[in-house]
Amino acid sequence: MSKHNPPGPFHPASAMDFLPPGQLREVQFTRLKGMVQRAYDRVALFRQRMGERNLTPADLKSLDDLVKLPFTVKMDLRDAYPFGLFASPLQEIVRFHASSGTTGKPIVVAYTQEDVDDWARAMVRSFAACGVHSGDIIQNAYGYGLFTGGLGAHYGAEALGASVIPISGGNTDRQIMVLKDFGVTVICCTPSYFLHLIERAGELGVNLKELPLRAGVFGAEPWTESMRQRIQAESGIRAYDIYGLSEIVGPGVAMECQHQSGPHIFEDMFYPEIIDPQTGQVLPDGAEGELVLTTLCKRAMPMIRYRTRDITSLAADRCACGRSLRRICRISRRSDDMLIIRGVNLYPSQIEAALLRVEGTLPHYQIIVDRQKGLDTLEVQVEVTPEVFSDTVGAMEQLQAKLSHSIESITGLHADVRLVMPRTLQRSEGKAKRVHDRRQM
Amino acid sequence: MKLNQLSVFLENKPGALSTPCRLLADAGISIQTFALADTQQFGILRLVVHEWQKAKELLEKNGYVVKLTEVVAIEVPDVPGGLAALLEIVERARVNVEYVYAFTAKQEGKGLMLFRFNNPDAAIRALQADKVNIVGTVELFQRLGN
Repeated sequence: MSKHNPPGPFHPASAMDFLPPGQLREVQFTRLKGMVQRAYDRVALFRQRMGERNLTPADLKSLDDLVKLPFTVKMDLRDAYPFGLFASPLQEIVRFHASSGTTGKPIVVAYTQEDVDDWARAMVRSFAACGVHSGDIIQNAYGYGLFTGGLGAHYGAEALGASVIPISGGNTDRQIMVLKDFGVTVICCTPSYFLHLIERAGELGVNLKELPLRAGVFGAEPWTESMRQRIQAESGIRAYDIYGLSEIVGPGVAMECQHQSGPHIFEDMFYPEIIDPQTGQVLPDGAEGELVLTTLCKRAMPMIRYRTRDITSLAADRCACGRSLRRICRISRRSDDMLIIRGVNLYPSQIEAALLRVEGTLPHYQIIVDRQKGLDTLEVQVEVTPEVFSDTVGAMEQLQAKLSHSIESITGLHADVRLVMPRTLQRSEGKAKRVHDRRQM
Repeated sequence: MKLNQLSVFLENKPGALSTPCRLLADAGISIQTFALADTQQFGILRLVVHEWQKAKELLEKNGYVVKLTEVVAIEVPDVPGGLAALLEIVERARVNVEYVYAFTAKQEGKGLMLFRFNNPDAAIRALQADKVNIVGTVELFQRLGN
């Protein structure tokens, strides 16, 4: 039995994917002007930044003038915590989400009702692009909550007309039971979690290849082509890459079509540029650099030239699906030190803030990320200092628990805290090498 | 009345215990008694040595975290109920025993044990009021032949 039917019915929302390039640029420019005007009128930071360059929205004469506008960076979101970058009054905000900041505080994003609807539309186009359609049974194993993954995929799947199982993340045995008993056809989760699920299904004697499951919408973390091949060979499903980030909207910024040639960016909503991360200069299609995104529709929280820190390139050659949308190539690395663990963003500086919060003095620490049975593990090794050393086991275990709790409350991730002897953690040229990522992607 | 004990943080891995012992041995420092509290991840080595300052310095110089802790050495009659009676005295004084370990030497039908109390002074007062013999530093090392 072949589970891989011909492409699903054409969804009207996908029409924008096929706009001729000239028309696409017109749409982009019209939307850009409106968005920049709104950001300039309503957000002090954008007005001030443009003012520093003697720019007003009227200086945008064509799409090419976008390069004149200043970049926005994660630090700006942190400094604006919580509501400083909103372009809509709170009465019009219907939803908040949050993502990891670089310190103890998260960054907050907001949506008006129209933003939520636009986001659902981007997710409908995402699902439709990889052949998911109404009638599909979608198991949504992205985490529900402040993380954009869960609700983003959920609203999109409902708007598509699919039947959604909002199972959220975790509890692998139950995931497998539902996958089997509900006749699930499509699953949404991180690719590493699906690898874990494959492994666990094997242990439970469940053969995924015999289930109706035919596609996976995998994202929230970088993965490789070899991981895709492994997933497809071991589970018999087709694995599609979805890209997004909270600062821009959440999942649904870009999505692969059935040709699996890299996520198509929904360029009429999110305008992409590739820049040299050192000089900030815009690079041509095909060149590797940092992805910069500008939201063209967002109302509550517009973003002008947001630096994603993801290193990739844009493919402009025509895809076999016929979409006029450019594609992003596999994210090769980041231009900052952010890690993605079980789909959750983590900055080493957050661990530092968490440790500082407990004892007030910063001990030496080291972060060890590994992958066991497809699942990311996070270990934080902390050197014991005379200040924190106590003579009883109970007090030391309490210290471990306090550190672990502090890390979890700041990052949302469980970490195994391991106390180690002083001066045993590696230091290179006096500066400690904080992060050891041992994962084989 | 209180004795100085050294507590040393160790990782739970092969060689973790022998290394500090070797350090002390090479410096001619004899361990009078010791106990090891261990968890899956780490351990705490508790030591009583005569020249504790020298031992502490030596261990610290070699990268160990060492804490000085006060413990109380108490004579316990080596008869059924000897330990129970003593613990009851401490209990009545509402003092908590955090841990306890023993010396191997026995004298005149009495064992010698080391107690770590949450409130050593209160424990000492209660025990002395009950005529329990507490062994001080000088006497201890005399007995141990140092």
